[in-house]
Amino acid sequence: MIQYILRRLFQSGITVMLVTVIIFVIIRLIGDPTHLMLPPEATEADRQLLREQMGLDKSIPVQYFNYLLDLLQGQLGMSYRFARPALGVVMEAMGPTLMLTLAALLVAIAIGIPLGVAAAVRRDSWVDNAAKVFAVMGQAAPPFLFSLLFIRLFSIEFGWFPTGGYGKFSNLILPAIALGWYSAAGIMRLTRSSMTEVLESEYVKLARIKGVPEVVVVYKHALRNALLPVTTFTSLQFGILMGGAVSVEFVFAWPGVGRLILESISNLDYTVVQAAVTVGALIFTLVNLLVDIVYAYIDPRIRYA
Amino acid sequence: MLTSTRESVMPEDKMPELIQMPSETRLVLQVGYHKRRWFNLIQLGIAVFLGIVLLSMALLPGLLSPYDPNAISLSNTLQAPSATHLLGTDQLGRDMLSRVIWGSQVSIFVAFCAVVLAGIFGTLLGVTAGYMGGVVDSIAMRMADIQLALPAVILALVLVGAIGFSIFNLILVLSLANWARFARVTRSEALSLRQRDFVLLAHLAGASSMRIIWRHIVPNVANTFIVLATLDVGIIIILEATLSFLGLGVQPPTPSWGAMIADGRGYLERAWWICGVPGLVLMGAVLSANLLGDALRDRLSPSMSQAW
Repeated sequence: MIQYILRRLFQSGITVMLVTVIIFVIIRLIGDPTHLMLPPEATEADRQLLREQMGLDKSIPVQYFNYLLDLLQGQLGMSYRFARPALGVVMEAMGPTLMLTLAALLVAIAIGIPLGVAAAVRRDSWVDNAAKVFAVMGQAAPPFLFSLLFIRLFSIEFGWFPTGGYGKFSNLILPAIALGWYSAAGIMRLTRSSMTEVLESEYVKLARIKGVPEVVVVYKHALRNALLPVTTFTSLQFGILMGGAVSVEFVFAWPGVGRLILESISNLDYTVVQAAVTVGALIFTLVNLLVDIVYAYIDPRIRYA
Repeated sequence: MLTSTRESVMPEDKMPELIQMPSETRLVLQVGYHKRRWFNLIQLGIAVFLGIVLLSMALLPGLLSPYDPNAISLSNTLQAPSATHLLGTDQLGRDMLSRVIWGSQVSIFVAFCAVVLAGIFGTLLGVTAGYMGGVVDSIAMRMADIQLALPAVILALVLVGAIGFSIFNLILVLSLANWARFARVTRSEALSLRQRDFVLLAHLAGASSMRIIWRHIVPNVANTFIVLATLDVGIIIILEATLSFLGLGVQPPTPSWGAMIADGRGYLERAWWICGVPGLVLMGAVLSANLLGDALRDRLSPSMSQAW
């Protein structure tokens, strides 16, 4: 087990390192930031001074090394739009994003797993068909489309929820459902297929022959094993939800990282973009690492794979 | 007709019960089993129909659209669907039907190119990694990890922001944000193919790795490729629409579904069709690709997990 954790830790470390390389390269692709940071009438000497201050006159490997050093100290540069450290700006926005993403994940799990189980237990019934329609719909539309539909229906038509904003619980409901539907569909389909497979396995048959009540067979014997693949899949949803959150935050005026990235791109505030993507990738890699370790703990076969 | 469809095969453990049952019950069960096949057929029918409609829209926009998609008519703004404008007009009085039809050209062309590019790159990397193993495998899988560690929307946003917008850049960015799935799945298939007798024999006969990968592994992952690519069309269409919706994809005045939905955001209350029409068409396109992909998976590689 320890060996497995160490191996995964090593792999994750390499992934994070490589991600920083990619982000560094992308930021370099954007070109000379001094053109953005100084007024157009600034002289070439001023620009050169700023480049020297920012370390941009050094060779690319040295620049990357400096960037890594700064990163290790938690310094991700200054946001010139907010005139304070980019990391602080990103961390402030991370709270709302994590809240939205976790709420959406909760919605996805709370709808996906019970519906998947019900569909597997009563295959070809109306429950199964309804679940299928639910899943097909959820996977056919991007979250921003559901967001707009919900606003039109539940905010404008019925006036039940606010059209956007942040702070109250009622602000969270529509974005969380709009964002979670897509993942709920995936979780539901996987739960259904995994559950169907387990329900046909020998040990479930044996449990039934022994006379174990059906409820216990389904929820105790079958569900436990059926949920193993669902666990990994659900952890992968985290990244998908963080991506989907960008457009949902945009529609609902939610003060999260997605909106921050968008605004920073249009304001050419690339230190913030860089910080946001780095922190996002770190969180996502960490979540995957944790899920893999938990998964290996639950299912010993994984450790030796 | 093939009978390997996952849904239509009668589960083995139901057989003994079936034999013991009175004949009417047996009949009812068999009707249920046919009903499921009908359900699948109807799904496939919807998918194929939508696919044909959308493809003809994308291929023959000039022939099908009643108006110029960019003709502004300020006396005709925000018109509800009517006989003259079947799907209404937008905030600049442009005909929605014509814009949706021209928009399908961009969206479908971009999605098709991006899927082919991502699919070929991912698959070649995946089979090479799976067959060669060792260092090649490690490098390829770490590359896939990077892509998977950055949510596709965010990666694509930042990349477009960095290299600037053009249709070609958009296709490139969408492929860069979406190839890892192909690599992961085909790698695991190549891993098991590597152990098969015909590959071992080819190796013993002195075939080079390149030749084995190209002649023996690639043809055997072709089915998987087709299924993944079909399902990926839907994902890419959504991704492209998201970028265009956020203003970083296809630029106006070129009509695209995502940008049209963004236009309608401010008119949700007064003119729902500006969002609704492209939204429904977008859903139809993704639905078609998804249902077709599911049907292909059932036929071509029933063992593939539903998660993908």
